[in-house]
Amino acid sequence: MTDTASSNGLTNALGNNPEADPEAGSANPRRERLRRLGKRALWRLAGGILVLWAVATLTFFALRLMPGDPVLAILGGPSGNPTAETIAEATREYGLDKPLAVQYGLYLGRLVQGDLGMSYSQHLPVTRVLAEQSWPTLELTFTSLALAWLLVLALTVLTAGRRRWVSTLASLAETVSAALPHFWLGILLLAVFAFGLRLFPPAGSDGWRTLVLPSLALAIPLAGFIAQVTRESLDLTLEQPFVLTARTRGLSDLNVRFKHALRHAVLPGISLSGWAIGALISGAVVIEVIFSRKGLGRQLYQAVQAQDLPLTIGISLVVAAGYVLANVLVDLLYQWVDPRQQENP
Amino acid sequence: MSDLILDKPLPAVRVQRTPRTWRIGPSLALGFLLLVILAALAPQWFAHSDPLAIVPRDAFHPPGWAHWFGTDQSGRDIFSRVIYGTRQSLFIGLAATAIAMSIAIVLGLLGGLGGARVDRAVGWVLEVLFAFPSLVLALLLVAIFGSGIGPLIVATGLGGAPGYARMVRGQVLAVRNAGYIESAKALGHPPLRIITRQLLPNAMRPLIVTLTMGVGQAIVWASALSFLGLGARPPAPEWGTMLSMGRDFIANAWWLTFFPGLFIVLTTLSTTVAGRYLQQRLEGRLS
Amino acid sequence: MSEPKRLIVEGLSIEFAGQSVVRDLSFTLEPGKTLALVGESGSGKSVTARSLIGLAGEGARVTARRLSYAGRDLLALSERGWRDLRGREIGFVLQDALVSLDPLRPVGKEILEVLQTHGWGDRVSRGQRVIELLETVGVPDPRLRARQRPDQLSGGLRQRALIASALALSPGLVIADEPTTALDATVQAQILGVLQQIRQRGDSLLIISHDLAVVAQLADEVLVLRHGEVVEQGPIEQVLRNPRHAYTRSLLDAVPAEHARGTRLSSAQSGSSVQARAGADAPVLLKATGLGKRYVGPDQQARQVVDGVSFELRAGRTLGIVGESGSGKTTVARIVLGLLEPDAGAVQFLNVPWTGAGSGRVEEKTRRLHRRDISVIYQDPLSSFDPRWSVGQILADALDVAGIAFEQQRARIAQLLHEVRLPVELSTRRPLQLSGGQRQRVAIARAIASNPKVIICDEPVSALDVSVQAQVLDLLADLQASLGLAYLFISHDLGVIRHVSDEVLVMRHGKVVETAPVETLFDSPQHEYTRRLLGAVPRLPGAGATRVVPPVEPESAVLLFDESRLWKIAI
Repeated sequence: MTDTASSNGLTNALGNNPEADPEAGSANPRRERLRRLGKRALWRLAGGILVLWAVATLTFFALRLMPGDPVLAILGGPSGNPTAETIAEATREYGLDKPLAVQYGLYLGRLVQGDLGMSYSQHLPVTRVLAEQSWPTLELTFTSLALAWLLVLALTVLTAGRRRWVSTLASLAETVSAALPHFWLGILLLAVFAFGLRLFPPAGSDGWRTLVLPSLALAIPLAGFIAQVTRESLDLTLEQPFVLTARTRGLSDLNVRFKHALRHAVLPGISLSGWAIGALISGAVVIEVIFSRKGLGRQLYQAVQAQDLPLTIGISLVVAAGYVLANVLVDLLYQWVDPRQQENP
Repeated sequence: MSDLILDKPLPAVRVQRTPRTWRIGPSLALGFLLLVILAALAPQWFAHSDPLAIVPRDAFHPPGWAHWFGTDQSGRDIFSRVIYGTRQSLFIGLAATAIAMSIAIVLGLLGGLGGARVDRAVGWVLEVLFAFPSLVLALLLVAIFGSGIGPLIVATGLGGAPGYARMVRGQVLAVRNAGYIESAKALGHPPLRIITRQLLPNAMRPLIVTLTMGVGQAIVWASALSFLGLGARPPAPEWGTMLSMGRDFIANAWWLTFFPGLFIVLTTLSTTVAGRYLQQRLEGRLS
Repeated sequence: MSEPKRLIVEGLSIEFAGQSVVRDLSFTLEPGKTLALVGESGSGKSVTARSLIGLAGEGARVTARRLSYAGRDLLALSERGWRDLRGREIGFVLQDALVSLDPLRPVGKEILEVLQTHGWGDRVSRGQRVIELLETVGVPDPRLRARQRPDQLSGGLRQRALIASALALSPGLVIADEPTTALDATVQAQILGVLQQIRQRGDSLLIISHDLAVVAQLADEVLVLRHGEVVEQGPIEQVLRNPRHAYTRSLLDAVPAEHARGTRLSSAQSGSSVQARAGADAPVLLKATGLGKRYVGPDQQARQVVDGVSFELRAGRTLGIVGESGSGKTTVARIVLGLLEPDAGAVQFLNVPWTGAGSGRVEEKTRRLHRRDISVIYQDPLSSFDPRWSVGQILADALDVAGIAFEQQRARIAQLLHEVRLPVELSTRRPLQLSGGQRQRVAIARAIASNPKVIICDEPVSALDVSVQAQVLDLLADLQASLGLAYLFISHDLGVIRHVSDEVLVMRHGKVVETAPVETLFDSPQHEYTRRLLGAVPRLPGAGATRVVPPVEPESAVLLFDESRLWKIAI
């Protein structure tokens, strides 16, 4: 708190007399930095669109290799026993009679307009299904990520470089939690807190109470993983000369940790967070199935089983887009914490 | 003579960086891994009853002397099933890691050695692969090739490949810029000799550790897929499949899910601890 | 304030895990005086300095009969008491501000931190004080600089900022631990000038250094430490003129600038001469003409790192290249080694094209045939060894190139180790297990393994303690005499250059400023920059120089270009 307040003091003092320093105006470090960040974000987003195109293309062609007739899947699977006429009609309706290249072209064209087609199994526009299912998954993954970071900071900043047994114990806890598989942890939490103690509902996706157990199941292993990296980094940072300098100024140990060391120590964890979002989405598939939550993960699982091509593609695209976007954000966050790396994208 | 002992440990000067290891840890981990490998090779040494034998009157026995880990809904001995499942899980883990590593080494070396343009292309391919979270990728593969052990292994391997590839690439680039590579060039060694005698051995060395830990991770991901019913089919004794079946009885027979899960955790934990121990041994000698 | 700000240390001893690092150290630092602690690495000088502010380190056991500052018993201080003392009454300056200032924060905030921690002033006055402090230490444009990070400032500016943070609350005592190490000579002179101000203000200064010549500029009194023990203590003039202890004498003797060309430096045979060397009419081995190299920096701006550099290196002679950081001297070395292609000019080696730009380009394949005739010694030998290899393997690898059959390699390795005066038993060790001097000897053994004609020495002694440096320089001189080697010797250290070179080339901003035979250059430098460079070298009094430190002059705000960032190796 005091830090920000007095840094404003510095800025004020600096701003008092701008004309005294002609060079300062033209090369305002802060404005320059923001400009570079913005430029970088744009570059990364452009690259992301390219990635999304590749994802769309890959999924489209790959899923064409799927065994079984998509028309049958549309008409309720092999047990549906549709007549030849209905098959022909559906084939035409879904454009499945055209050559693959044409289908791909049409598919891309519709994609650009935001039309992902109709879900075979739910007979609803894919975009509508996605709109309905995205929010619960987003809620789950972000709660888990935030929870994981909270655990990481509490665990590492307070225990790193302390007495041997304290950090050994914390380190052990991290290693064990990093080795816990989501699904097993999910089942254990379910058995203990939902069926045993009846503290939280075992299933559903309404209200914060249904969010607690699933996000814990996702957050604990992730926290273990990030904490291992952060602890190592913090241990290293605390041995740096600038930390010694800070101590020679009379800073207390806690101040040294929070004002100097922490910022350096979280860097590797931040880069890991980009990867972690992918792992969280993967985990969300299992967790949503276990806790019968609404969400993209469970939807994808069902779509694959029902051979619902458009929905599978749609979910893959949304997941990829989410991943790309999250990574742009993570990258910007990293640049913001560590401005040294601001070179050209 | 007065005496001043700094009561607070202040990490300013470190005489010697003592490795922060819990010495019992690595030995326990290596011991457990050895047992797992033995169980995979010769499960009959450990378990005496048939993992598939159905004994309806023994259903839902809690853990006890007769059945250490209890029995499942069909009266099968869970301890036997966990032991017999070791082979399957370990095989999946090793095979998937092998696939992941092979892809990663090819991509990583291409990126690290192929020049700027190839590197950029590899980087882009990795970006795209990363955009498919591993389980999403696995689900897509299962959608294409159907479920079963084969697709399960391929899916797990592919899911892990981009991460490893990035690591290999970074490693190759780092070693490439190392002083000793330049020295070798200045000495007059031809490129092929430098690559085979210095670059590859130095770049690949840390991957041994990653590989060890990777097997544990692969076992977890493969069991996640089995858990979703996309891998081994029941009643085959496989850890993930057992968890999946036990889930239906979670409210009243916890041991059906607890023990297979425990073995997954212990295996992953052991690979992590053993891998880290290996890393420390390597670094201790090298830095 | 009635109590004089006197620092009294009596019987100070420091132990780490039962190992004694400093033994029975005593001194008194009077207000307004400057005391220097001098010693080589491992002498315990830094840990002594840190123990004076209660930061000796984890596991340190500090004992003393008496330890007091301004009448206050430091031994009785609580952690809170120490914190109150640090920054407010004792300021501390570490070496290398790039890592001693938080690399992620603007330097202004670092100075601000001292004021804040001790609750000085209010927001506005603190901000003004930061600017004021930066001005005092000679930082131009302080409003802008305060908002820049250490990596955005030049080495001199960020060292000034670090000093400013230590001076923030006008402490009565400033402890400076190697404050000018790793700085260029001209910058070093300016930083010494800034420290001089502390004396002039009437505050005390405790300066820690490995370099007697540096402290000679500032100190009133000096303490020479070796392996944790005081070997000599007294007024600076007396210690420099009349050293009583042999170790102090050997330290003074080892300073190359004080020794004529062709004499030994290391204590055993100090002063004895090395055999005569090849004359100025020896055949030309290496000839560079009009070398140029441009780099495009991360900011898309092209910089001419090397510009029109030409020289000749004759058999058995030494050509010294001297320049400060960013002068392009290392880039020249890399071009001459054929590791980097020039954009302009060409190099001839043994009268055939070796490397060149455009039509003068030479294939690496062609070059490889003659690579055994030219080798290199780096500043950091450790990174130039494959970490998996033992000393024997490192040398065997070099012998492979020289075409020595496997069966004869063992004998040759023993011979090489003998030539660089290392015991043969070392051949099974890994470089990590060796000392800095031993590593550099291994690097030299590797360099001579193929019986080369030329060795490029890129700052070969810059990372070594002065006594070890003396031994390595002597070894290089002996090898030159016995093997008839020619050296291209690159260094930032004028003293070293003066000692080893026959001809000297002075570089600045990529250009050759002056070329001359060594005596001519040092006796009557023609170019103004050379004169400035020579003037900035700290000299021991008695060698003719008086204690004149340049006044605090604002330094140019140019951020020097870091060559090393640009090296990408193409195999």
